[in-house]
Amino acid sequence: MSGLEQLYQQIIMDHSKSPHGYGLTEGDVTSHQRNPVCGDEVTLALRWSADGTRVEEVAWEGSGCSISQASASLFATLAAEDADAGNAWTPDDLQAFIDEFREALRSRGQIPLDEERFGDAAALSGVSKFVARVKCAMLAWVAAEDLLTRRAAEA
Amino acid sequence: MTLSPAPYAGGVTEAAPFSSAELEHIRAQFPILRRDLHGHPLVYLDSAATAQKPSRVIEAEATFYWEANAAVHRGAHTLAGEATELYEDARGTVARFLAVNDDEVIFTSNATEGLNLIAYAIGNASLGRGGAAAAPYALREGDEIVVTELEHHANLIPWQELAARTGATLRYIPVDDSGAIDVDAATGVIGARTRILAVSHVSNVTGAHSPLETLVPLARAAGALVVLDACQSAPHLPLRPRELDVDVAVFSGHKLYGPTGIGVLYGRAELLNALPPFLTGGSMITTVTMEGAEYLPAPQRFEPGTPRIAQAIGLAEAIRFVDELGFDRIAATEHQLGARLLAGLAELPGIRVLGAGIDAPRVALASVVVDGVHAHDAGQVLDNVGIAARVGHHCAQPLHRRLGATASLRISAGVHTTADEIDQAVAAIAGVRHFFGLTGENA
Ligand SMILES: Cc1ncc(COP(=O)(O)O)c(C=O)c1O
Repeated sequence: MSGLEQLYQQIIMDHSKSPHGYGLTEGDVTSHQRNPVCGDEVTLALRWSADGTRVEEVAWEGSGCSISQASASLFATLAAEDADAGNAWTPDDLQAFIDEFREALRSRGQIPLDEERFGDAAALSGVSKFVARVKCAMLAWVAAEDLLTRRAAEA
Repeated sequence: MTLSPAPYAGGVTEAAPFSSAELEHIRAQFPILRRDLHGHPLVYLDSAATAQKPSRVIEAEATFYWEANAAVHRGAHTLAGEATELYEDARGTVARFLAVNDDEVIFTSNATEGLNLIAYAIGNASLGRGGAAAAPYALREGDEIVVTELEHHANLIPWQELAARTGATLRYIPVDDSGAIDVDAATGVIGARTRILAVSHVSNVTGAHSPLETLVPLARAAGALVVLDACQSAPHLPLRPRELDVDVAVFSGHKLYGPTGIGVLYGRAELLNALPPFLTGGSMITTVTMEGAEYLPAPQRFEPGTPRIAQAIGLAEAIRFVDELGFDRIAATEHQLGARLLAGLAELPGIRVLGAGIDAPRVALASVVVDGVHAHDAGQVLDNVGIAARVGHHCAQPLHRRLGATASLRISAGVHTTADEIDQAVAAIAGVRHFFGLTGENA
């Protein structure tokens, strides 16, 4: 695979064209993140279970490059798949995903994402070799982290 | 060294473009062009962001450190004298380049600092600093500062802030649907209340020359100061602030084949010597007591502290480099490259060139929007074959918004750019939509 094909894997192209988890509703608590370099935007919400302990859904809206949009879509897909399998994320689970994702993306291709844990989102591993694009891929995940931090501060 | 004062060419010139042998010789002077990227020779088409440096510029800067480094305007040892002479020679070179007097040339760190310098000096005058001499430049409520809708953020935000600090109002001349400054609208914006007109010489997004021949007389009739952002013109055409009848002109050395960390502010001597300083400290004073200080005239008044000595010397070498090439020949070559670029892009389906319809001379630069593909993704396809192009809003968000784009992909040429490199860029842009699975006119 050429460098370019490693970056733009078919999964990423598909998610950027038909995004999952797209659409916010009134009442969602959101975090809005921007990449000022290229104008990528993601606004993201975490939808919690009734008892407030687990993430049942990740919803978002945004515009920008295919990497930023596909990353948000893959993140929402990952949350939905884990919730469907009865493993909806606790705040700690979510933080662990964000930390691993960040570590892999900042590794300059040294640390791939674990396919067992990240599923299709592991296709984003290729982004880590493209330093200028890491911020694009991080956008949705940073929004989720921002929501977690705010939630902890309010508790 | 002598600098030939060529007349203002306005992008149209009768000189011959560089021959391929001459171009080879020019290219050989840029060591970075020997680099490979992803197995392809580097095709550097981002000169509008920053130009590459010929060896002689790098060497001039290094030689100063090797042989003559000392603080300038301070102390009396031999090295200090030599360094001062080299630094002031650099100022003289810039002054001849602009056809102005030496003491009208202020070294700054870049164009952004130059624009802030003039905005803050006027702001300080508005606070009453600088006494009676500065009072004519003071702004108050009811006064208006005018910019255009296509300005780089560096020529917009300092004026927004100055307006906020002084109570003046910031107004702007809109651009029309083609991306050109709307000269008809300008007559309704520039008027009796206008105190400052700040405008760029050449747009960093469309590459088009601004209609200074209309705007400057309007500002003059209103008695306003004219501040010119010459960042994108200085590398391409002879810059003559006096002929253009502007009071202030700024540019960045790094876009003119010079080092980073050095810029120039030209200001009319009467203006500079009437305004209070922006930054203050050593090397700019005559007498200091515990209560206050008296300031030297320009240029020292606006160059407090130890200046950018090596960078100024590097910039002077860069100016000698472009002067030896000759602006008439640079413009003739770049004119052909620009025409080739626009003609090539016009053939491509699903590609929009921002400002394509502007009826004005332009530099060899084009910003494109690829239908259905974000600029960031398009730029990646070019990078993959070794082509360095800029993606983003190029620090001109309002213009992008006005033209219905959030970001674009910009190709910009320099003196080392070849027709083949332009063709490679056009071919790579042609392949972008295909790579992302979009083909044909309606895909
Ligand atoms: C038109 C214009 N004005 C101002 C600037 C600011 O220049 P600098 O970043 O070197 O201060 C630039 C370059 O980015 C520019 O293109």
